[in-house]
Amino acid sequence: MTTSSTVIETHDTIAKRWRRATEEPAWLRIILITIALIFLGLFLVLPLTVVLYGAFEQGIGVWYGAVSDPDALSAIRLTFLIVVIVVPLNTLFGVAAAWSIAKFEFRGKSILISLIDMPFAISPVVVGLIFVILFGSQGWLGPWLSAHDMRIIFAIPGIVIVIAFGTLPFVARELIPLMQQQGKEEEEASLTLGANGWKTFWYVTLPNIKWGLIYGVILCNARAMGEFGAVAVVSGRIRGETNTMPLHIEVLYNEYMFTAAFAVSSLLTGLALVTIAIKSAVEWNEERRQRIAAA
Amino acid sequence: MRTISSSTSSSSSIWQLSKLTGAVLLAGAVLAVTFSTTAQAQSESVELLNVSYDPTREFYREYNELFDEFWQAEHGQSVTARQSHGGSGSQGRAIIDGIDADVATLALAYDIDAIHERADLIPQDWQSRLPNNSSPYTSTIVLLVREGNPKNIQDWDDLAQEGIDVITPNPKTSGGARWNFLALWGYGLEQFDGDEQQTYDFVRQVYENVPVLDSGARGATNTFVQRRIGDVFIAWENEAFLSVEQLGQGEYEIIVPSQSILAEPPVTVLDANVDRKGTREVAEAYLEHLYTDEAQHLAAKHYYRPSNQEILAEYSDEFPALDLFTIDEVFGGWQEAQQRFFNDGGVFDDILEAINTQ
Amino acid sequence: MSITPAKRRVIPGFGLTMGFTLLYMGLVFLIPVGAFLLYTTTMSWDTFWSAVTQRQVVASYKLSFGGSLIAATINLVFGALVAWVLVRYRFPGKRLVDALVDLPFALPTAVAGIALVTLYASTGWVGQYLDVFGIRIAYTQLGVVIALTYIGLPFVVRTVQPVLEDLEAELEEASASLGADRLTTIRRVIFPALFPALLTGYALAFARALGEYGSVVFISGNLPFRTEITPLLIVAKAEQYDYHGAAAIGTVMLVAAFLMLLVINGLQWWASRRHG
Repeated sequence: MTTSSTVIETHDTIAKRWRRATEEPAWLRIILITIALIFLGLFLVLPLTVVLYGAFEQGIGVWYGAVSDPDALSAIRLTFLIVVIVVPLNTLFGVAAAWSIAKFEFRGKSILISLIDMPFAISPVVVGLIFVILFGSQGWLGPWLSAHDMRIIFAIPGIVIVIAFGTLPFVARELIPLMQQQGKEEEEASLTLGANGWKTFWYVTLPNIKWGLIYGVILCNARAMGEFGAVAVVSGRIRGETNTMPLHIEVLYNEYMFTAAFAVSSLLTGLALVTIAIKSAVEWNEERRQRIAAA
Repeated sequence: MRTISSSTSSSSSIWQLSKLTGAVLLAGAVLAVTFSTTAQAQSESVELLNVSYDPTREFYREYNELFDEFWQAEHGQSVTARQSHGGSGSQGRAIIDGIDADVATLALAYDIDAIHERADLIPQDWQSRLPNNSSPYTSTIVLLVREGNPKNIQDWDDLAQEGIDVITPNPKTSGGARWNFLALWGYGLEQFDGDEQQTYDFVRQVYENVPVLDSGARGATNTFVQRRIGDVFIAWENEAFLSVEQLGQGEYEIIVPSQSILAEPPVTVLDANVDRKGTREVAEAYLEHLYTDEAQHLAAKHYYRPSNQEILAEYSDEFPALDLFTIDEVFGGWQEAQQRFFNDGGVFDDILEAINTQ
Repeated sequence: MSITPAKRRVIPGFGLTMGFTLLYMGLVFLIPVGAFLLYTTTMSWDTFWSAVTQRQVVASYKLSFGGSLIAATINLVFGALVAWVLVRYRFPGKRLVDALVDLPFALPTAVAGIALVTLYASTGWVGQYLDVFGIRIAYTQLGVVIALTYIGLPFVVRTVQPVLEDLEAELEEASASLGADRLTTIRRVIFPALFPALLTGYALAFARALGEYGSVVFISGNLPFRTEITPLLIVAKAEQYDYHGAAAIGTVMLVAAFLMLLVINGLQWWASRRHG
């Protein structure tokens, strides 16, 4: 036995062991990928297929008829109005909350974080009930509101407030861990170099958190459009007036207009898919730019 | 660590992003303005809100056009009647909690009684203000089976057999399901000569065959028709007809039981609301017009039994004569029936607990 | 450049951001919830206690908590697997799969419920094949778990994914060069780093499942004592004009959700102290 062959053997063993220690063997990789894809296929692709199949089963003309029906249009308009009010408010809240939590130390932080999570954990049904008890005409503020001819529940303000409640945590939830992880050195450096707080936020913090922010906004937006349980309790389901898109879908389903129900669903699904696609495209673009910059 | 240049380049995209946000906001504001202007009512028209229960959707959609024509001819004012539909209990709750409704057209008198008790929007004697206990149309409870009646179901007692799946909604939340339950109970009493224990056992056996309790009549129809679950569906007569005629020609058959309950879905003006909104005249006319021949024919077209006996007679082919008992005769009215059967800890809860915890 | 000791400047904006945070939370969420809890206190303890301990209500807690626990556990296992596969491996269509993970979040719950029951009813696309083996999903407790798994699916994936992406390869290489095999590296290096994210995802999936209403009511049989979830019971109480009962059960759900989130956040804090 020669020395050189021993060296080669050892080298081989090391390489093998190295690979074994940093990645899985091919057969295991294939099994894991297959399991993941089967799981996602059953839970994601099939329901999506059901919706799209149901929507276009009877052709594009029927689909268009369903989504351009006046009641459908009114539901679409209402849903967009709500999104336009709720999403910017919750975004502002998310950024402010993340800033105060990530950049400062104070007592009760853990409680505050739990509180921010809470609307997410509260059943939509309970959210609706809370506002009915507060603003309903048998509720605490009801008599005062009706004396001043103001309507909150069974009208648009009630729908806006339950959706704002339900989607409150999403931007904050994305930003808090991200900003905590990034620490505050960059901001401190910027401030030490003489930039003021706003400048530091715009030029240092925002670029660092923008993907988390965009992702949070997308989640908030999707959830605001799709909220059902809480809205069902406070909307009163007045056709053409207080029906949001998800409620309109339920109404159509209960009128045995299944194709129309799936058509309006496909619209919401389509919007969700488009925002997800935009997010992926932007991310991909950014990655490529960073790779070029690094090279 | 990021370089300065990369952070400035991405900050410029942030500016673009904020411009985009601005544009979206602006678009939203425009939308909001359009929305609020369209929401403003024209003076030449009047709006009504009719809060109703599940299966009346198709009927009132057509009736609203009929009434608009009538009112326009009489008063030169167009009427836009808006609709809200849902389970009778949830609609009653919305009225109590202050939905701005002018008229209530619900599945059973108990839900309108609740409006009087809890919100004081209407007087106690509301039900005597219009003919026929304020029920312009009536219905009953029948059995819907699949084509060819494969399980050979002929009457209520067949529902208690083993191996039959029965679809009915939850009486706690659905008005129709309460009529179903009472029809079944009434049949039991008749069959067992008023023996309560035997009736209880019979009803319990039927509910043992129920795999799903949907929250409303429409949900239950979807379960039976769309999901193809169950052998027999206890349904409003009008829903049964709708399924047979419109949802699947030849796929279902209606079985008329030997006897059933006379279901009276009542209507009322919500006094406090119409007085505040100044819509009393049109709201009252809206309900009174339901009793005209034209509207009675329309009700029959949507498979409701007209309360006008002469018009009902014209449709005798469609609506078979069967032995109908009323809730007052057998159960002493809605208040008592509700208290005994459907309140928490009542007979229904008892039956469900016995079945599902054995 | 003069060398002065760097003045420790405090980052500005605490008052402003904390003020806005508390104000907004207060208006939208804390005051209404507080008022709701106050409303609950207007009923006597006996009324409250008997409302929340009715046998039917207790049975619904068991289903809601048990079902959510199972669903969150399924999501923990498969979510971690999906995140791992998406970050570490290459395969065709990966980007598409990655984007689709958000779908349960974006799809309105009512639509999800209708779609799921179309699939899993014994006459549905998938259900008819399972029916051959006597497996019934729709209208059983299994159906409830399926719906809860569906709506919780994105949470574990989306919390684990970024952490896995940031995990530096050097750590694994160092571990390997010190002679650790793959299993040891996963156990001693990767898992501890992922642990807080896994916990967070698990908690989010659980919390989401606990309150879910829209999708479950379509696929569950809604039978009291068997397939009736607590949120449905709250709706049913309200529709029977029993606001006190509804509010009492709602309070139980509220307190449970808050306690759980507090515990999880505490655990996360502990984990970040230990490994950070």
